[in-house]
Amino acid sequence: MRLDLQVNGRSHSLNVDPGRPLLGVLREELALTGTKYGCGEGACGACTVLVGGQAVHSCVTPVSAALGKPVTTIEGLEQNGRLHPLQQAFVDEGAMQCGYCTPGMVLAGVALLSATPRPSTDEIVRALNGNVCRCGTYPRIVAAVQRAAHGGRPTTEEGV
Amino acid sequence: MSIRDYPPRDDAGTTRRGFLEALGGGMLVLLVTRDLPAAVGGRPRHAALEGPDAETEAARDAISAWLHIDGQDRVTVYTGKVEFGQGIRTSLAQELAEELRVPMSAITMVMGDTELTPYDMGTFGSRSTPQMGTQLRRVGATARELLIGLAAERWGVPREGLVAAEGRITGGTRGATLGYGQLVAGRQLTETVRENAALTPATAWKIAGTPVPQVGTRDLVTGRHAYTSDLRVPEMRYGRVLRPPRLGATLATIDHTAAVRVPGVTVTRDGDFAGVVAPTPEAAAQALALVRATWRPPATPGDEPASSNIYEYLKTAGERMAGGGGGEEGGRGARPFVQGDAERALAAADHRLQRTYTVAYIAHVPLEPRAAVARWTPDRGKLTVWTGTQRPFAVRDELAQAFGMPPERVRVIVPDTGSGYGGKHTGECAVEAARLARNAGTPVKLVWTREEEFRWAYFRPAGVIDVNAGAARDGRITAWIFDNYNSGPAAIRPMYAIANQRVTFHPVDSPLRQGSYRGLAATANHFAREMHVDELAEAVGMEPLAFRLRNIDDPRLRAVFQAAAERFGWDRASSSGNGRGAGIAGGFEKGGYFATAAEVEADRATGVVRVVRAVTAFDNGAVINPDGLRNQIVGAMIQGIGGALFERIDFAHGVIRNAHLAAYRVPRFSDVPEIDVVLLDRKDQPSMGAGEAPIMAIAPAIGAAIHRATGTRHRALPMMGDSG
Repeated sequence: MRLDLQVNGRSHSLNVDPGRPLLGVLREELALTGTKYGCGEGACGACTVLVGGQAVHSCVTPVSAALGKPVTTIEGLEQNGRLHPLQQAFVDEGAMQCGYCTPGMVLAGVALLSATPRPSTDEIVRALNGNVCRCGTYPRIVAAVQRAAHGGRPTTEEGV
Repeated sequence: MSIRDYPPRDDAGTTRRGFLEALGGGMLVLLVTRDLPAAVGGRPRHAALEGPDAETEAARDAISAWLHIDGQDRVTVYTGKVEFGQGIRTSLAQELAEELRVPMSAITMVMGDTELTPYDMGTFGSRSTPQMGTQLRRVGATARELLIGLAAERWGVPREGLVAAEGRITGGTRGATLGYGQLVAGRQLTETVRENAALTPATAWKIAGTPVPQVGTRDLVTGRHAYTSDLRVPEMRYGRVLRPPRLGATLATIDHTAAVRVPGVTVTRDGDFAGVVAPTPEAAAQALALVRATWRPPATPGDEPASSNIYEYLKTAGERMAGGGGGEEGGRGARPFVQGDAERALAAADHRLQRTYTVAYIAHVPLEPRAAVARWTPDRGKLTVWTGTQRPFAVRDELAQAFGMPPERVRVIVPDTGSGYGGKHTGECAVEAARLARNAGTPVKLVWTREEEFRWAYFRPAGVIDVNAGAARDGRITAWIFDNYNSGPAAIRPMYAIANQRVTFHPVDSPLRQGSYRGLAATANHFAREMHVDELAEAVGMEPLAFRLRNIDDPRLRAVFQAAAERFGWDRASSSGNGRGAGIAGGFEKGGYFATAAEVEADRATGVVRVVRAVTAFDNGAVINPDGLRNQIVGAMIQGIGGALFERIDFAHGVIRNAHLAAYRVPRFSDVPEIDVVLLDRKDQPSMGAGEAPIMAIAPAIGAAIHRATGTRHRALPMMGDSG
């Protein structure tokens, strides 16, 4: 079945089963491998992408649910060689170790910041709690979201 | 030069000169060491360095790293270490940049490729910094001295007075300067480092010792970095492996009639191994579900151990196996470490305390599951496997053995990997992918599902630890009898000065597959030891920190306890209560001294514990990268909260019952306390690793804090039991 999918501002006409998880379509059909498999049950957030601006777990979202809505993956955040402010904040805070959770974390954070431009720490924790960083880089990720919310300026004097 | 352009070096006859020619000339510095375990244990030879001008067998056997400088000022380091998120790609480059006097940007690290890099045992045991880091410093220092010599020769001046800095030698007549690239361009220079070069003392460091940002983060935040699971090679298809319904079951019959009707599907059976290959991961999953198989159950005893009785089993089986003899003291083989007369001292002690502690099996849950891409040459004469393993050379050998090939015909490449924590030492996924690829006649990618990770990888061992200790009225611990069943011998001996000790590790046949985990058994042994010491302090009537300091002779261990207590505000916090309490614990392992103080909120009725804040003080000698080190310490503390409070594998009848992430709780944002880290940065001490030690004190610190908050001592990990 042919489906029209709009991903990172580009339209794709794809011959895929509408029930197929969005994750597989992005990774295999469109070679957008920044979106990661972590658990396959929406419990780790590694596969987070934006569908119509909302953060969703693409491993449990059928591709049919994304029809007619813009899909944004981690590859779609950089504009003209400039990182999205939250991507830049992750770099500036060193908010990663192995980096496997980073794309999902960034997209969950982008969704939060568009709904809540100046989130409190509690709001960040609630919004990102479905995303697992097994390396335990959580405090720096919170700091990165806060930094992005404050125009790229660090919000703590001395991070860990 | 990118890694991909690198000339293939399959030919065993390639000589060192040929190697340098292939690199386009320049300067090659090889490091030869005699003190490497790699030189003793394995297969350290490297094909590229064999041939007429190779060193003697003994020297060649211990080449552990090499460095190349080309005519364009580019510095490339080749090491068998791998990057799993621990930041070693960055910190090793810092150490080299320091000694070679080049900016970080000049350095490319080629890592974990069995064809390009020298043999390495693996990236584990917190050894990369003390061993490989020191070696690279020697390589860098030697190269720097050679470059100074080249400049002196070129200018016809004495080498004294010439200075290396920022990739240039300066100080010729009228202040001439030459870049390293200019000095080596068009030449073919090789040097072997045999002796300890004079190293720059940590007090004079300008690049090492500073918070350099982790290398490659831009590719991580853009999704551009390709992990093994992201790789795609031409003609590649996707594999899945048929798994038995329980551990130990063997394949009896297989019917793949329905499976092969899925377009493009190939089914493989090879003894007990069976799997499918398909054009997409979804088609592979679909085909796998259509395979009908029958299995033979293993011959198991009627009382096969399960989560509910694992500790009784380990204790009974461990006692039955005792007396086997042999092995290291206090280590494997159940021969105890004995000092003084522990039984007699115990009988004479003013205070005695006997307790049993248990630790559950836990899973590593690396967010990137095991993955491999396998590609055979058309004649099946050569195999290349990309896979995320902490031991590329061991996995190469595992593949060679599985397929009856010489190791030289197998190449293992490790892309920077989505974490491991000790869980990716083995090559099962690589072997499976290679088997599927060989049968299907195309390259195959195999990515384990999360469920496969939980069911078919290995676990941190479960264990039972009995401690029986005595103390004198004055607060001296006088007797220490410590028996560890199955969990492991790492850090089993107390770091306290105790005159009379008997410490024994009792190995047991584990019902579940078990193996390495960040810190090995040091976490379990520190948990039992520090929980016990905390309770012993109470029995003696001493404040727990004062009690510890009374029994510690090592000044570095005292210093971390004092530093953690000071930053935490221990004097003010320790006398809490009413559902809130603080605890402290510490120790020494893998060259690192650590102490952690933690404060918890605990609900007595529900059993729910929340860690409110935690401070770790850490001393691993001269710090190479304080930014990376803090990241490691905080990460270890948070990961340690999982094992301390709620991580536990639930199993029965050979089946893992919580084999998915929604049923196996790992720490999340909401579990994270306010965290602070104190680095002691002992510039007078050698730099040691940090990937493991900072995980070890958080559990007993939390345990002591829970006791202070609720009056209950939890002696089982995880401490929240089923209330999580």
